[in-house]
Amino acid sequence: MSKILEFNSKLLDYMSLKFSIFSRYPYRLPYKYYVKNSLDMKTYKMSKDRFPEFIELIKTKGQLYGPVKGNGKYSFEEIEKFEDLDFDYQRTVIGPKKFLTPPRYPTLRYDKSGQADVFVSDEPQIVIGVHPCDIHGIKILDRLFLGNIKDPYYEKRRNNLIIIGHSCLPDDNCICKSTGTDMVEDGFDLFFTELAGHYLVWVGSDKGLSIAIEAEDFLTEEISEEEIQEYVRWQQKRSEMFKSEIPSFKYLADIIHLNYDSKVWDQFGEKCLSCGTCSLVCPTCNCFNVEDRISMNTEDGFRERILDSCTLPCYSMVAGGHDFRPDRTSRLKLYYTHKLKEYIGRWGQPSCVGCGRCVTYCPVNINVITVSEALYEEVCENQEVCE
Amino acid sequence: MTITTREGDHAYVTQPAKILALKDLTEDTRYFKVKFLDESIIEEDYKPGQFAIMSLPGVGEAVFSISSPPTRTDFIEFGVRRVGSFTEALFKLKVGDTVHLRGPYGDGFNMESLRERDLIIVSGGLGAIPLRSVLLYVEDRREEFNQVFFLNGARSPADMLYREDIIAMAQRGIIESHLSVDKDDTGEWPYHEGVVTTLFPKIADRIVSEKTTAIICGPPIMYKYVIQELLKLKIPKDQILMTLERRMKCGQGHCGHCAIGGRYTCLEGPVFTYYDVQHIKELI
Repeated sequence: MSKILEFNSKLLDYMSLKFSIFSRYPYRLPYKYYVKNSLDMKTYKMSKDRFPEFIELIKTKGQLYGPVKGNGKYSFEEIEKFEDLDFDYQRTVIGPKKFLTPPRYPTLRYDKSGQADVFVSDEPQIVIGVHPCDIHGIKILDRLFLGNIKDPYYEKRRNNLIIIGHSCLPDDNCICKSTGTDMVEDGFDLFFTELAGHYLVWVGSDKGLSIAIEAEDFLTEEISEEEIQEYVRWQQKRSEMFKSEIPSFKYLADIIHLNYDSKVWDQFGEKCLSCGTCSLVCPTCNCFNVEDRISMNTEDGFRERILDSCTLPCYSMVAGGHDFRPDRTSRLKLYYTHKLKEYIGRWGQPSCVGCGRCVTYCPVNINVITVSEALYEEVCENQEVCE
Repeated sequence: MTITTREGDHAYVTQPAKILALKDLTEDTRYFKVKFLDESIIEEDYKPGQFAIMSLPGVGEAVFSISSPPTRTDFIEFGVRRVGSFTEALFKLKVGDTVHLRGPYGDGFNMESLRERDLIIVSGGLGAIPLRSVLLYVEDRREEFNQVFFLNGARSPADMLYREDIIAMAQRGIIESHLSVDKDDTGEWPYHEGVVTTLFPKIADRIVSEKTTAIICGPPIMYKYVIQELLKLKIPKDQILMTLERRMKCGQGHCGHCAIGGRYTCLEGPVFTYYDVQHIKELI
């Protein structure tokens, strides 16, 4: 526990020292506008014409992935050429968590002579076009896998991953403004904000800085007053575009606590299909099962981690057949309680980043909006705490 | 951090261990005594109530309570009931075969903090396996504790674990044991018949509530009723300790299966107090 606290306090110190100046602003404003002579954060401008060349440059740094449209949906796929990329998207089906905790991956290889760990190769993976909510999702996974006891498999993938963020405009399912994750201050290597004729490019890490230095032909630090005004107007416009919200997100932990025995859970439990889609698409759901698979020759095989979901039957079943959560209600309650309430106690913030994937993909409309609205109404009905 | 992880090792490294002895405890429960192949690993830095993860390549990994005390080094003992595919494979192993271990994990009973106290140890069924670690710790450091009561409930005489060992400890005056079976199907059971809670009247008059700590382990259904009895004896809420079972895959707070609300049983448990139970829903 003390390790967690130490980590959290370090993180907070780091953030407040480094970012307090910027945190009032959506994304970070170009540093020179607010802090003269700051060495911390660099901001550049890139003309849109030069963007394809920049893509060519970063492709030389490792395997590039980016948002690609296919089958009517977007997903992060391998990028061969610039034209494949499509940044005009709201959300991919599965977020960048697939680069860090893939749905299935081996951790151990064994044969008759012994066993050995399986790690990914050192080749960097670059993912471009990541939205602020998904960057927050990665930060939450980082805390879980690297904050307390380090998970070596995650750590290796995380160190290999270069994250290049991209600005976005919300649709009706985006709720990141409610969850406070519509802006991002760290957790990326580079972040591109798309304006009319150019990008503003923020550098978020040493890795990002070294790419920026290499790409200096495309980048300029000359950002005019007018361009900054354009950026501020863009931010205001974006901020006004959000249509959906989670009611009283700030008090959701208390609302869930008050509603522990509410019939609302039974109503949702009745509807839930236990299909696990919510966990599959959620950028912070990472529960995994461990299974050994023997190859056809029966002499060797792999130990694998497989994405699991607490909404699936048998999630809490122990050997011998006792199931601690035999019904859908109790499993759904775990899902939402853990995500929206208990994470706050453990890591200081809920693990919902408002990406709207559960809103988009749950086949029976159980999602953070419907659940929190129902709970909120329940509290208002029963206890006169709402205005 | 853990005895099987040395400097430079990552958190999931397992250590090979050789099976030194096997013994059938009941029809479907077997005793395993193992020793690490690497002699430099000394198994003393753990608490009773902690668990380890056993791995068999090709079969998988599973969590087992350690049933030997940290006061007895050089080997680790387990009690395993054959209930699933992993234990099925484990039961096929012979003396001299190798298993892979990592751990110990979790937070166990802090025996140091129980010095000078009376102990009521309540065990039901397989709960005797982790509690054996507590009992043997008490045996090795008897002078640190005051009165020690051991209440054991089993389904039938044939299901009772460690019967001879417990009777021998009682005869030597180390513990005062009260044994019970739900139903005596042999007609030869010399002790009490009934559920474990019916043993409480036998010790109630000798309990000094403010200096007593209760330690419970058993099937999920048992906790509620045993706690009721302990509360009747006015044992303080933070002195009712219990070790809980949950599904676990990683043992280090990554896989999520053992979450109870925001607590991970593998990190903050498996030992909880009744005070925790009152404040964390779904614990028992």
